[in-house]
Amino acid sequence: MDERELRTMIDEVKSGRLSRRRFVQTMIGLGLTAPLASQMLTSAGVAQAQSKLAYKPTKRGGGGALKVLWWQSATLLNPHFATGTKDQDGSRIFYEPLASWDPDGNLAPNLAAEIPTVQNGGLAKDGKSVTWKLKKGVAWHDGKPFTADDCVFTWEYIADPATASVSIGTYKDIKVEKVDTHTIKVHFTKSVPFWADAFVGVRGMILPKHLFAAFKGDKSREAPTNLKPVGTGPYRFVDFKPGDIVRGELNPNYHMPNRPYFDTIEMKGGGDATSAARAVIQTGEFDYAWNMQVEDDILKRMEQGGKGKSDIVAGGNIEHIQCNFTDPWTDVDGERSSAKTKHPALTDPAVRQALNLLVDRASVQEQIYGRTGIATANFLNAPPRFVSKSTKYEFNVEKANQVLEAAGWKKGPDGIRAKDGKKLKWVYQTSTNPSRQKTQAIVKQAAAKAGIEMELKSVVASVYFSSDVANPDTYSHFYTDIQMYTTTMTQPDPELFMRQFLTEEVASKDNKWQGRNITRWRNEEFDKLFKASEAELDPVKRAALFIKMNDLVIQHVVVIPVVFRPRVAAVSNRLHVEQSGWDSDFWNLHNWYREA
Amino acid sequence: MARALPSERLATDVRVPARRTSPSLWSEAFRRFRKHRLAAFGALVLLSMVVAVLAGPLVYRVPIDEIDFKAKLRGPSAAHPLGTDDLGQDVLARMLYGGRISLAVGIAAMLIAITIGVAVGATAGHFAGIVDHTLMRITDLFICLPQLPLLLLIVYLFREVLKKALGPEAGVFVLIVAVIGGLRWMPVARLVRAQFLSLREQQFVEAARGLGAPPFRQVIRHILPNAMGPVIVAGTIDVAAAIIAESSLSFLGLGFPPDIPTWGRILFDAKDNLDFAPHWAIFPGTAIFLTVLSINYIGDGLRDALDPRKVLSH
Amino acid sequence: MSKYLLRRLLISIPVLAGISLILFTILAMAPGDPFEELATNPNVPAEVRMSLRAKFGLDDPIGVRYVRWFGSMLRGDWGFSFSSRVNVDTLILQRLPTTLLVLGSAQLLGVLVALPIGTMSAVRPYSVFDQIATTLAFIGFSLPTFFTGLLFILFFSIYLDWLPFIYRADISATGWRFYWEHVRQAIMPVAVLGLFQGAALTRFVRSAVLDVIRLDYINTARAKGLSEQVTIAKHAVRNALIPVVTLMALQIPTIFTGAVITEQIFRVPGIGSLLISAILANDTPVIMAITFVFSCLVVTLNLAADLLYGWLDPRISYR
Repeated sequence: MDERELRTMIDEVKSGRLSRRRFVQTMIGLGLTAPLASQMLTSAGVAQAQSKLAYKPTKRGGGGALKVLWWQSATLLNPHFATGTKDQDGSRIFYEPLASWDPDGNLAPNLAAEIPTVQNGGLAKDGKSVTWKLKKGVAWHDGKPFTADDCVFTWEYIADPATASVSIGTYKDIKVEKVDTHTIKVHFTKSVPFWADAFVGVRGMILPKHLFAAFKGDKSREAPTNLKPVGTGPYRFVDFKPGDIVRGELNPNYHMPNRPYFDTIEMKGGGDATSAARAVIQTGEFDYAWNMQVEDDILKRMEQGGKGKSDIVAGGNIEHIQCNFTDPWTDVDGERSSAKTKHPALTDPAVRQALNLLVDRASVQEQIYGRTGIATANFLNAPPRFVSKSTKYEFNVEKANQVLEAAGWKKGPDGIRAKDGKKLKWVYQTSTNPSRQKTQAIVKQAAAKAGIEMELKSVVASVYFSSDVANPDTYSHFYTDIQMYTTTMTQPDPELFMRQFLTEEVASKDNKWQGRNITRWRNEEFDKLFKASEAELDPVKRAALFIKMNDLVIQHVVVIPVVFRPRVAAVSNRLHVEQSGWDSDFWNLHNWYREA
Repeated sequence: MARALPSERLATDVRVPARRTSPSLWSEAFRRFRKHRLAAFGALVLLSMVVAVLAGPLVYRVPIDEIDFKAKLRGPSAAHPLGTDDLGQDVLARMLYGGRISLAVGIAAMLIAITIGVAVGATAGHFAGIVDHTLMRITDLFICLPQLPLLLLIVYLFREVLKKALGPEAGVFVLIVAVIGGLRWMPVARLVRAQFLSLREQQFVEAARGLGAPPFRQVIRHILPNAMGPVIVAGTIDVAAAIIAESSLSFLGLGFPPDIPTWGRILFDAKDNLDFAPHWAIFPGTAIFLTVLSINYIGDGLRDALDPRKVLSH
Repeated sequence: MSKYLLRRLLISIPVLAGISLILFTILAMAPGDPFEELATNPNVPAEVRMSLRAKFGLDDPIGVRYVRWFGSMLRGDWGFSFSSRVNVDTLILQRLPTTLLVLGSAQLLGVLVALPIGTMSAVRPYSVFDQIATTLAFIGFSLPTFFTGLLFILFFSIYLDWLPFIYRADISATGWRFYWEHVRQAIMPVAVLGLFQGAALTRFVRSAVLDVIRLDYINTARAKGLSEQVTIAKHAVRNALIPVVTLMALQIPTIFTGAVITEQIFRVPGIGSLLISAILANDTPVIMAITFVFSCLVVTLNLAADLLYGWLDPRISYR
């Protein structure tokens, strides 16, 4: 899909012939994100939609206790040191950003008085700055007023490399200027197409200057407030036991009327996803459980006659199989999968094409993931006239056999195909997770029918996803032929996601395997498109570039998308919650209520 | 037999063989073992299980990894005598295949743990003094080692080496058995030592010493047979623990690949479907139970066979 | 005897130091990274991760790190967790009451079940009682705790809806309701764990009592006219306690590190789950602190067991 077709679609939304939601879903299917889609619409003058959750209670409090279950527990409560969404979610109970992303990719204001647009003067026309107007009359939990100083401080705190904050990527290339006590102006040192990153969403939670000022830079981890947060959020801090439980109570001075509904909140951590689902859906001991990575069959059985249900919302996460373009079995200067080698089989496009035909996505969706995984080749949700024929997903063992045969890979006496003495015997790794192991089993079986033998390997998640330089089993070392995991797209802009196909990002010993390009694929055209997207200000043009980059990746079968992984939560039947796939589970915590 | 003094013989239990030539300890023990009904039963069950897992896959030809979604989670039927799992794979075939590994790992790891434990405990208990001290401090060290980081480290260091030397499957097998057995010998050592500490003071041992028996003979012929009680119990417990430990290792990605259906692994995979498809878990659980049961009866038989004051009189 | 005790105590100190050095080395060499979550986050530049590692001294040589750790331990500073920046002793103390309550009760339950049942089984071997007890014991330890735990949850929480299965250490209730709620939620984890440990212990007790019950002095006691109960209780069981004492000395320290699966299933915030999450997060200070306490317990309790042997069986002497 190119720029012209995109503009046609946007016009259809403007004229009402295509729903906003459908447009956003299509963009997601093309590899973009909802926030970017929303930005495209806004730039074309399509007004933002309002959040749909109707808030019914007419007074603050009285709702009793809200009990939520996370099966990974928070270990600290400073969002800018978070090692995972659990810490961000735990912090989000108490802290708030200026705005959050709703499920359709629109911005919903929290501490901002209104969302900056070109029309109200918030967004500069040259894309070099954004002016945020802050809400007046907001107070921190300890009574001090919230002002622009806090925003400026938060920027300085995070941008300081000595703080070693995980949010630094968002704040290091900007300058924040205080205009008056309730207005700030964010200057971008270079034109930044995606302006809504700083102070928005999980990386945008504002910290109180008066409590953190003494703990900047390398003293940052010693701040007592890291464990006893003081924020502006709907609940005040009561207790925190790292690795176990976070407790909060109603904030009587919360800046939105009639909110929050609940008197106390308790976030318990630990255990596994299946028993968490049971606790919400079957026994009703808890009201909400996060990230239900549970097989859909089991969820469905629990829901029958249960006290809760699964709540599923689209996000950008895709479970991928990656092809290694280098040789993991040859050692070059103490490094395997070195960029100096070539994979004996996977560099042959026919082999990759065959592999793509051997992934039975429909079965994986139906039998393993159910509602929690949607089969994709990246083009599922597009309206028919925009779907390119060559990128449909297909499962065809016969055809795979033919493709391999035609490319010269003949079956040997042991049933395994080989060419020039190189056999199609691969090691296929992923993290330890029942659904993943089942997917592996399905792929292995189909591959066996096409003459490819696979040895399955599963690595415990904490090792697989670690950045340990010495450990050969990490996903970034990629010392196997193919591997599978979910690439997350919870950041609102696809640019960072696309980095993982850039030549300069190839993971290697030199950069201690911290490079983002795990497949070690190198393609000049992709690199050119990426550079162009970095400078492009027009969101529609930019989106077209991203779509082209995504097309390239899919056509070259660099990665094989398996299923979309939406966000799944278990929610008690009487609890009213709206989830967003582009922000924290708690983006809308102040609006949660229970039907009496 | 030189073990029990005449005054310790009781009228009730001793069966005197008809032949006048006194048979050796071990042949006498074997004869007794054969006659012990429960031991025979245990041996029979174990033997049939071993035969089943070795020969079964040759006879019962249903493949272990044939995925058939239309037949998932079905109970026992003509086509699938033990039912199917959540991918439609046949449970019986998987159990027969994985049983080889489970039984082999369980018994091998148990034997390693027992052998090391008995050797260490006997030496420490018999010689006492500085030997005892040193061995017990080494035992303490092993008890204190945190198992998980140690496992990760050992697997990380030795997996490739062993795979290259012995081939992928044998290499992983040796690694797992060594690791599981090597971390379970300590309780056995302490128990055996405790037995030895009290037994060595008993009169029959003093008598043997007085008659000039060297330490090794004292231990093997005289003391050890009487110390086997806790060893046998530890052995049965270790078999079950080893089978389960293997599945924990595979769960952590350190053992056999996840698609190899060892009994512990099947139990683990089946646990989330317990309310819906209990057959999937009941069969491997029963298999582990039977293994443990048969080893226990064999052990009881061994103990009775070696002990003149045997428990069951026939 | 007191010389023996003194000697053993003095030796314990270098032993513990040696053990801690080996533990530390193993931890330092094992794969894994405290900052693994940062790896999957495209926003975090490599320099940030590297500087975090340097800051916590993770890239220093092992010897240096060990000496640093040992020195601070001697001063009473147990360090702080890499993940949460909370002092390690605070973390442990937060979890100690729950651990003692749940795991301690489980071990107690195990012993209380094992001693009488094991003894009765031994007194009447191969009787109906013995067969049933044996079978139950086998089922008890052939089935892993994740399995029995799940069975309990399915039956008592989901099917019968009698007991909650998520353990919450802070229950906001007062008076007798507070205790009642605590008991209700502790019943299942205590039962699961206690029965698992009790099953194995029963077998050991049975075997040990069987060993002594046929001995002469027992018959002597009976011949003297002592009642069967007194005979068994005073004479047989006492000698049979030797293996039990050995096992208890090995089992009590596992309050600190064992029962990980049970703690995970029921979400009991015990020290075992703290240890396992620290191991998975490669949080060395926490791991070292807990395993060091564990080592001290092991060494001390084994010493106590050795001393108890002398009391239980007067024939054992110490040199």
